[in-house]
Amino acid sequence: MDFNALFSDFGGYTITGLTVGAIYALVALGYTLVYGVLRLINFAHSEVFIAGAFAAIWGWAALGLDRDSVASGFGSIMLYLLVGALIAAVASAGTATVIERVAYRPLRKRNAPPLAFLITAIGASIAIAEAFGIYTRRLPVGAPTVVKNDVLFTVFGAEVTVVQLLIIGSALAMMVALDLFINRSRIGRGIRAVAQDQNTAALMGINKDRIILVVFIIGGVMAGVAGMLYDIRIGTLTYSVGFLLGLKAFTAAVLGGIGNLRGALLGGLLLGLVENYASALFGANWKDLVAFVVLVVLLMFRPTGLLGESLGRARA
Amino acid sequence: MTSVRDWIDSGRHAVAERWHNAPRWMRWAVIAAVVVFFYALPNREFYQWLGPIPTTGSNFGQVLFTISIYVLLAVGLNIVVGFAGLLDLGYFGFFAVGAYTVAVLTSPSSDLKTLWPWLLALPVALVLTMISGVMLGTPTLRLRGDYLAIVTLGFAEMIRVAATSSEFLKGQRGFNQIPHPPGTHSDGSPVFGVLDPRPYYWLVLTLIILVVLGVRNLNRSRVGRAWISIREDEDAAQLMGVPTFKFKLWAFASGAFIGGLAGALFAGKQNFVSSQNLELLNSIIILAAVILGGSGNIVGAIVGGGLVAYMIERFRGIEVFGIELYEYRFMFFGLVLVIMMIFRPQGLIPNRRRAAEFKDRRKEVIVGG
Amino acid sequence: MGETVQKPTVPEQAGAPAVESTSAGREPLLEVDHVTLRFGGVVALNDVDFTLYKGEILGLIGPNGAGKTTCFNAMTGIYQPSEGEIRFRGERITGKKKHQITKMGMARTFQNIRLFPEMTALENIQVGADAHHKTSVISALFRLPRHRREERDGIEKAERLLEFVGIPNRMHDAARNLSYGEQRRLEIARALATDPVLLCLDEPAAGFNPAEKEELLQLIRKIRDQGVTVLLIEHDMRLVMGVTDRIVVLEFGKKIAEGLPAEVREDHRVIAAYLGVPDDDVA
Repeated sequence: MDFNALFSDFGGYTITGLTVGAIYALVALGYTLVYGVLRLINFAHSEVFIAGAFAAIWGWAALGLDRDSVASGFGSIMLYLLVGALIAAVASAGTATVIERVAYRPLRKRNAPPLAFLITAIGASIAIAEAFGIYTRRLPVGAPTVVKNDVLFTVFGAEVTVVQLLIIGSALAMMVALDLFINRSRIGRGIRAVAQDQNTAALMGINKDRIILVVFIIGGVMAGVAGMLYDIRIGTLTYSVGFLLGLKAFTAAVLGGIGNLRGALLGGLLLGLVENYASALFGANWKDLVAFVVLVVLLMFRPTGLLGESLGRARA
Repeated sequence: MTSVRDWIDSGRHAVAERWHNAPRWMRWAVIAAVVVFFYALPNREFYQWLGPIPTTGSNFGQVLFTISIYVLLAVGLNIVVGFAGLLDLGYFGFFAVGAYTVAVLTSPSSDLKTLWPWLLALPVALVLTMISGVMLGTPTLRLRGDYLAIVTLGFAEMIRVAATSSEFLKGQRGFNQIPHPPGTHSDGSPVFGVLDPRPYYWLVLTLIILVVLGVRNLNRSRVGRAWISIREDEDAAQLMGVPTFKFKLWAFASGAFIGGLAGALFAGKQNFVSSQNLELLNSIIILAAVILGGSGNIVGAIVGGGLVAYMIERFRGIEVFGIELYEYRFMFFGLVLVIMMIFRPQGLIPNRRRAAEFKDRRKEVIVGG
Repeated sequence: MGETVQKPTVPEQAGAPAVESTSAGREPLLEVDHVTLRFGGVVALNDVDFTLYKGEILGLIGPNGAGKTTCFNAMTGIYQPSEGEIRFRGERITGKKKHQITKMGMARTFQNIRLFPEMTALENIQVGADAHHKTSVISALFRLPRHRREERDGIEKAERLLEFVGIPNRMHDAARNLSYGEQRRLEIARALATDPVLLCLDEPAAGFNPAEKEELLQLIRKIRDQGVTVLLIEHDMRLVMGVTDRIVVLEFGKKIAEGLPAEVREDHRVIAAYLGVPDDDVA
């Protein structure tokens, strides 16, 4: 264990951890929302994320911003960001909608056992990821430099870059917006009602299928934006990264308490931090194991997560 | 469309009916004929009469060996998913534990330098795989099923990361010169050589038969009833006195044992094990095989495993519009899972007990009030 | 059905059939000792306290939502009481695993039938019989003598019990293909296969017509006559009055009365709480 590496740049590891964690949190929201309403782990959500990440890169390319381009000027950078986020959100929400329509709804209508849902979800996930893999010839796709990664300011000896601030900031903003939406709006009330008791909600005149669709779309939007942020941070995208990221985001959701929106944020940030500290201690190769270890330990000792499962009722 | 399906279904029912009503000796005769067929299959003198069935791209004996490994894996996973209803998404991880244990104990590239013969390493590999199954199962089998699925997926990934990153497990360089199974012909040449894949296939085929007989015995006993009762209603099973945790653990351990056996056989044949053998999606292919064949049915698992592995190998080297079909295999099996679950969740050869379970649960809900 | 049975099917447990209905001097079998059960802020059971004596048929009644099934679930180990304890044959069952409680001699049926739908009637009963079997992977794998002995035992038990509950001809049919009434009977047979000292029936007459109810009544008496103590949760007052030795009445999670059927019938609180409700609830 290399404590020197960790303590010499503790601030740096913290900021990086929060940045990675913010992306986990945005993806974790999708798991949490769908789980809260349907009691279903949407395995294919990792591919909802991947669709957004690819869509942003291809969208920028269509606007003339290829992998070697560097955007400049505040106005055009903002424009590229907005357009990228929009394209990614639409692509991800679209993918999520297709998954719900094709893979889940037929099973729901038939009242299929939970195992069947999991199996279709995995099938859909693999099929989508592989489709991207075949299309990109399994090669990494480069993203343009939309935001230059300049150091913005220094806190506690840690340098904070524009990209890091952008990612953490936009993730937090989206979380706040979502929280308001779920707690204040009429549709949000419907979502909470369906999460608590599907049948009663249906009796109260709430259209269950519509609510479920909305939930998939919201989860898709969040994952799409996360996909674009991922492009900006990493600068390159491979079709297969969704799997691990999805696994980690799911861990984050469970960590905070699956079904709990604020739990997803907390779980994401925590997992990002833990993972980065661990990579300092044990070496970057082992970083990916941390999420798994966290997941197993957590499920053993506190399966309802840190904040509990609040969107719906707790299940024994 | 519907009528075609009905027609196929009625045909299948007729066959099943006939089979169950046939006298015992006739059933044994059919089984014996099938077994003889599969023993004869890798011989050129035999398979040259089978038209387009043998693969063109690669040695048919080698292909049959690969298929037999998949069949063995499908039979093992069927215990976990099909009988006990536990969704294990990292089943291939047990294959890896089996293969790597053999590699570490026998290969000259291993740091241990124990250089054991294959046969000595085999029981160690089997015990270690079972232990790994119990270790993975103990914390996770008390959880609800969907968490189990994710944790097992993480387990397989963990094995892959460990194999890639750890110095001890040699990453992509891997272990070479893993010894073959023992045995020599009367002229002193080894039975299990480098050039002829057939002896390996015959070995696996024999082990498949033994494993299937064992699994069949389990399935028709208190153990099998416990597994199925857990799958159908875990709470009710517990209240009827079934120690559910214990039997779930047994399902996991039995499945792991068979997975480890497949891994050890693979290592003994292949000579070489590296982290590149650990394609994560292999777990999904085996799951697709079990689902396709008919989850909960031993014959279904065999047919599913054989069919899936055969299709993969048949795709190899075939190009359509300049694209290698082999590239599409994972996407194809992903779609197979979705399509099967939507249109034919009971699989090609459904289990008698399970056939209707997937079909419509609304009736039960009404009865339940 | 019924009268044709010659050989007793249920294990001959100690304890003569109950004739007297007073509790004095009798051996307690199940003691619900001041049990309180809370879910979050909701008090589902409030200081419930009663004792079940060996050989009797005790009725547990109360209006909808009175906590009958909750009480039942606490007794079978599904819920852990927040306060108080439950003793079965003198042993605390709190913290015991569900399958261990079954092995101690408590068996139950479910309000909403929970058979293993794809298993045959025979296999369903065999699962129950397996509660006391010891065959595990090794004996099953090699078909050792224990496995064969226990298989034989399970099949014989199934034959006797199916005869006992009156559906001997459905042995090889999948449980899901049985009629509703047959499923209820099969559930009782499955529970009896675990060799219970105490059999808990959760609304066994739900959905039955009067003729079927009458048959069920006889079946319950027959079970008691084999020496099995019976706890009966029931909605149907006539059934309860007709078969039970004693009755405990719950309302809003509290015990409001306990006594002989005749006494309970006269209790004004019971009348107010239960008998006073509209007819459709009593029917």
